[in-house]
Amino acid sequence: MKNENLYKYILGIADNSLILGQRLGELTGHGPTLETDIACTNISLDLFGQVRSYYQYAAKIAGDDRTEDDIAMLRKEREYLNVLLVEQPNTDFAYTIGRQFLFDVYHLAFLKELQKSTDLNLAAIANKSVKEVSYHERFSSDWVKRLGDGTEESNSKMQEAINDLWTYTDELFHQTEADKAMVKAGIGVDVTKLKDGYYKQVNELLEEAALKIPESKYFQKGGKEGIHTEHLGYLLSDLQYMQRTYPNMEW
Amino acid sequence: MSEEHIKNLEEQFEARIARDEKIEPKDWMPEKYRKTHIRQMSQHAHSEIVGMLPEGNWITRAPSLRRKVALLAKVQDEAGHGLYLYSATETLGISRDEMYEQLHTGKAKYSSIFNYPTITWADMGAIGWLVDGAAIINQVPLCNTSYGPYARAMIRVCKEESFHQRQGYEIMIKLANGTPEQKEMAQDALNRWWWPSLMMLGPTDDVSVHTEQSMKWKLKRKSNDDLRQQFIDQTVPQADLIGLTIPDPDLKWNEERGSYDFGEIDWDEFWQVVKGHGPMNKERMKARVGAWERGEWVRDAAMAYAEKNKNRKDKQAV
Repeated sequence: MKNENLYKYILGIADNSLILGQRLGELTGHGPTLETDIACTNISLDLFGQVRSYYQYAAKIAGDDRTEDDIAMLRKEREYLNVLLVEQPNTDFAYTIGRQFLFDVYHLAFLKELQKSTDLNLAAIANKSVKEVSYHERFSSDWVKRLGDGTEESNSKMQEAINDLWTYTDELFHQTEADKAMVKAGIGVDVTKLKDGYYKQVNELLEEAALKIPESKYFQKGGKEGIHTEHLGYLLSDLQYMQRTYPNMEW
Repeated sequence: MSEEHIKNLEEQFEARIARDEKIEPKDWMPEKYRKTHIRQMSQHAHSEIVGMLPEGNWITRAPSLRRKVALLAKVQDEAGHGLYLYSATETLGISRDEMYEQLHTGKAKYSSIFNYPTITWADMGAIGWLVDGAAIINQVPLCNTSYGPYARAMIRVCKEESFHQRQGYEIMIKLANGTPEQKEMAQDALNRWWWPSLMMLGPTDDVSVHTEQSMKWKLKRKSNDDLRQQFIDQTVPQADLIGLTIPDPDLKWNEERGSYDFGEIDWDEFWQVVKGHGPMNKERMKARVGAWERGEWVRDAAMAYAEKNKNRKDKQAV
């Protein structure tokens, strides 16, 4: 492929939205209130909308006959490039909110930079997505505050979720070879520059939410290189079920 | 209030309905009117919420991104319908929590159709086409019902339902025109959903208990049997058009009536499901009650947080 790095770079962005959208989709109809149910489904919808734009663009770059669905549903597990954070399960509502919050803060900062990309397609997708993700970030931040500063029980559940998910935050700021090449070309976002602002914003909100900032300095990585946690395989077997069972059909 | 005064009010009330005026939440209304509306509207809201489950079952496995987005949006619409139907019912003096309680304890009913399992992707097509199709036939007349908040909610619900119905039919078209495997999947779904969809329009007129009063209040404009006939007459040509076969050997065009004659409905099955012994009754309730119980600490936290925030603001104001 001529634009291998750009292709991989787009997948790296889009896979985060795909996997997180899929996780949120599991919850539809099972939320703690009707309002949160609607909100989480809405976020999932936004993310899948973004995914389609990214994959359609990636398919064009690949220049063969692959489609957005081939990219979404017919890769092997090691070929998915999402960060480990987004594939973590919906253990309870605190984990769902914690995962969302820790991703949204990054996602919004990332998209604001991607708007400046010299690749006009990516800049346009970022432009559209930034509005949606501003809402996601407000939603998840508000809920971290509610749960953190709600009852004793909710505080302890929220704290546990943040403690467990914290180990996946550092990976957001790792760069793959494709990332570096794209930064150099003026197309990609230099995520290393987002790190300080990210932790500053996250830490401030955790404090406001009466939560402790985790002290652990041990972080997990690998998702961006396709080395995932055990959770991803199961998620993919749902996601890919129809395309694998009934290959080469139109739906 | 004297008996005569009440009688007077009732007469005025019935006259308003006969003149097609809308009854609004603050208006006087007979207790029976209030209770009947709470029962029907909350049942409708519950059906939307429980109805999210069989379709939600396929969100993670939708065959393409386009279908996944459409399905998510559809189930989200149902949650939205539930939300404003609950709100509309609350105007009659019952809280959403009380309505949930009635659902969870089995006191309130929801549409029995959602007690059938969704076992293949084609079920997403069949539900949209048949179940939403039958729902529209039931619901369109309610856009003119006498209770204002219900009528207004129904106008919006019906618009979205007819979109869902087209979307479901479109899934079926695609399958029916697809590979033999896909066509078989579509036919199988039609076979399983056809009879339950007919049952959805309610028991036959001779055994339907609420019809007469409901007609007067415009909660119902046509009888169950008339609605069912309308549904069959409308749906059979749609099946023909895409080469699917309605699973009823007795189905036949009746030139004289200008309608289809159809076979015997298995009412024993209908009552079995209504009484809580359908294939999925227990699972559906378990899912609803489970979500509610697992969410309790979340709702408590939101309340506690709102209270704290209010206190903080009050202090700032001082």
